[in-house]
This record gives sequence, structure tokens and C-alpha cells, in this order.
Amino acid sequence: MIQMANKEGTSFLHQVMAETPRGERLLHCIQCGSCGGSCPNGPDMDYSPRILFALIQAGEREKVLSANTMWMCVSCYYCTTRCPQQIPITDIMYTLKRMSLREGLAKGTDAPALARTFVHYLATYGRAFELGLATRFYLFNKPLAMVKMGPLGLKMLAHGRMSLMPKRIRNIGQLQAIIAKAQDLGD
Amino acid sequence: MKYAFYPGCSLEASSAAYARSIEAVCRALGIELVEVDDWNCCGATEYHSLHRLTAAAVIARNLALVDQQLTQLVAPCAACFLNLKKVDHQMADEPAWADKVNAALAAGGLHYQPGRVKVRHLVEVLHSDVGKEGIQARVKKSLAGLKVAPYYGCQIVRPFKDWDNPEYPMKLDELMSWVGAEVVPYPTKAACCGGHMTQISEAQAYELLRRLLQSAVDAGADVILCMCPMCQLNLDAYQSAVNSYFGTNYRMPILFFTQVLGLAFGLSLKELGFGSEIVAALPVLRQKVPAVLAAAKS
Ligand code: SF4
Ligand code: SF4
Repeated sequence: MIQMANKEGTSFLHQVMAETPRGERLLHCIQCGSCGGSCPNGPDMDYSPRILFALIQAGEREKVLSANTMWMCVSCYYCTTRCPQQIPITDIMYTLKRMSLREGLAKGTDAPALARTFVHYLATYGRAFELGLATRFYLFNKPLAMVKMGPLGLKMLAHGRMSLMPKRIRNIGQLQAIIAKAQDLGD
Repeated sequence: MKYAFYPGCSLEASSAAYARSIEAVCRALGIELVEVDDWNCCGATEYHSLHRLTAAAVIARNLALVDQQLTQLVAPCAACFLNLKKVDHQMADEPAWADKVNAALAAGGLHYQPGRVKVRHLVEVLHSDVGKEGIQARVKKSLAGLKVAPYYGCQIVRPFKDWDNPEYPMKLDELMSWVGAEVVPYPTKAACCGGHMTQISEAQAYELLRRLLQSAVDAGADVILCMCPMCQLNLDAYQSAVNSYFGTNYRMPILFFTQVLGLAFGLSLKELGFGSEIVAALPVLRQKVPAVLAAAKS
């Protein structure tokens, strides 16, 4: 069933599989379309998960990694539970996000910027600092949206739902050592 | 009953009402929650998009820090719940992966043996461990007259299918019916709230929220009950943004299930964290269950 389009195609498919837990299930895709039909953001995706998987098998590396599909994925896991072939679709979306970032092909999405801001707080404080997160993210990425979101922030503050100071965990050094080691060990 | 407890970042700030009401309800039921000492953020969905091993190691640090005397860990947020559960399962599933995660943990002097900790959600603990009799024994005021739409969201019921039916779960429905609430059939109960999409792309996020609100209105619900801080925040704080985006006029109160459960137990509004909801909830409750509200000291 799998068409090994060319040498490069084979390696792209195998790379995606290797970087995903139980990724080898991807070989069993029967192109039934249950995934796209289950996806709440399907209509806004460049390619449905089904088409994306056909493109992966065809070795269309650049097309796949520059698609918006994985960035539209909200990790709802509907596709994963419904796939008749037990393909870990949501985890494949995470793999594609990582590959697309690594290869500089992610475009037209604020998701990577949000993720980096989030991770920055996690590595600095050990906790996600909500107001700081939103502010830093909007300031650097969406100054216009910040003006628009202002009233919401104020409403949240007024209802006691935003902290003004980040909390730092006691053993931040331990967490940072673990993060450094994990990054060292590779993906 | 004693459990380890992983509150997660939202409970510290944006969802203090959830934290308070969890504490109050558990105290009333004789459940002891022992907070994981010096826990760190689970990385939500974001870390997985950047680096898989770091994401897993950051999560596993929390599992490793769970008190050696305890084997059950309660996580009240859907993203935290799934992250903790998934890392445990993936480590158990793939020993080579577990070794890699443990090699990272070793840099901090920690180690986690996959399978040692069972990750659970509070709804499940109340439903299965306390059970119907235990819950009903604590009821002071029935919630009869209040129509609730139980909202489960995604990551507690999926991808693992062992928690409940991943398409149409019933545990929270049953729990709320035990305290007299009228549970409406809520077709979108396990659909997605968009998670962090509200920060990334408002068109997509608002449409997902609109569907959840409309479905609750169609079902005749007085209030939507959440079991995750992210879901509650999205539905509550962004409801007026949804209204201006679509020209709709939703005024659906969004509460944590523990807040409403606590009312049936006769706990006070203050203990249950009322007052931090952005869409007003008390007027609706006063109208639908006046006796319960009159009994709940503020
Ligand atoms: S649901 Fe599974 S088998 Fe069907 S197209 Fe999607 S990935 Fe392939
Ligand atoms: S997990 Fe992602 S791809 Fe799958 S149905 Fe949900 S949003 Fe779509």
C-alpha cells in the first residue's frame, strides 16, 4: 500500500515515524478520512490529516512542513481515538510541529512564539506566569491585539484572576539542570 | 482517603475558585490532598511542539517528586492530567525512552519508575472512590431545579479510553445527578474549547467556544460545569469576546463542578470561591435554587 516515492520520500516518512511514539502505525493508514471528518479545525487546514499523511508517504517534505495543518491542531485527540488503524495522529502533529520549526518552515502562525514565551517562563521560574506570559507574548508579537485584549486583562485583574508576580519554585536549579541535560541528549 | 495532589499553574492564579472549592469539597468528604512538594509547570501543550524529551523530562520531574508513601496523584486540570498520565504510559511502553527520560532526571538527582504513580482526575475519585452513597450522605440541600450541562472537554476523556466513554462520557453527569441537579443531555460535552487557541487565532478559538455555548443554550442549561481551569477560563473570560465577534448575546454562567457540588453540601459561597466568575452566576442560582442559595452563607 505504501508507495516509496523516492529515496528522500522514504527518509521523510521514516523520520516522522521514528520521532513519534508508535509512529510506525502510520504505515497502516487506509486513507479513510475519519481524522479530517472528526477535526474541529478541519475546514481551516491547508490539508486534512488524511491528505497530509498521503503527502508524507509521497515524500513531500516541504509541502508538509510548511502547511498550517499541525498549527491548527488543538490536541483534542478526536482523530486519534477514532482512527480505525490506531495511528497516533495528534502525536504526529506534534512531531510535524517540531520538524517544521527545526527546519524553519513554520510560517503564518503565532503558535511557535507563544510556545517559546511559555517555555521561557517555565525554565526561568518553574511555573507559567500568566499575566507575564500574555504581556510578553503580545508585546513582542501582537502589539495591536494587546490593545484589544486590554479590557479582558483588566476584567481578569478585577476578578482576582491574574497574578502580578511570577512564582519561582524552590529548586529551580534542579529543574534547569534537567532541562539542560534533556536538551543535550537530543530529541 | 489520601492522595498526592498536583494543582497546576492555573489554580494558583486564574482559577483560584477551583482551588478553593476543591479544597472545601475534599475537606467535607474527608479526602486528604497532599500537594507535590516544589512541583513545576507541566508545559501544557506547548513544550511538545518544541522538544519532545525536554517536555517529557519536565513532566516526569513531578512524577518523581510524588511522596514515596503515595501512589495516586490527583490532577484537576485536563492538560496537566494528560501530560502526567501520558508520560507515565509512554515510559512504561518504551523502556528505552524511559531510560532517556531518567538520564535527564538524573541531572537533578531524580528517578521515576514508570507505573509507580497512577494519575487520576478528581471527578473520577469522587465518582468511583467516594461513590454514590458517600456523596449522598453529605448532601444538605438538593440541587433540584438547576439544569446543568456537564462539560468534559478533550484531554481527560481522550486519547486514553479507560477513563470513560471518549465520545460521550457520563461520570460527571452521574455525580451531579446524585446531588439532585437536573443534568441536561449536552451533545458537545466532550468537544474542544480550543485550549490556547484564544491566544493564537481568534477566529478558530471563538467558533469552537460558540458551538459549546450554543449547544448548552439549545439543551436548556442554566449553567455549564467545567472540570478543567483552561476550559472554564476560555468559556467564561472570552464569552463577551465571542458575543462581539458573532453578534450573539450569550450570558451563560460557567462554574467549576466543585463549586456547585459544594453548594449541595451546604458550604459557603466564600469557601467555594464564588465572585471570581466573569459571567455572573449568582442571579441564575438565586432564581433556580433559591433555598440552596439562602442556606449558603456568604
Ligand atoms: S483516520 Fe486513520 S486510517 Fe483513516 S485517513 Fe486518518 S490516519 Fe488514515
Ligand atoms: S487532535 Fe488535532 S488533528 Fe486531531 S482532530 Fe483534534 S485538532 Fe484535529
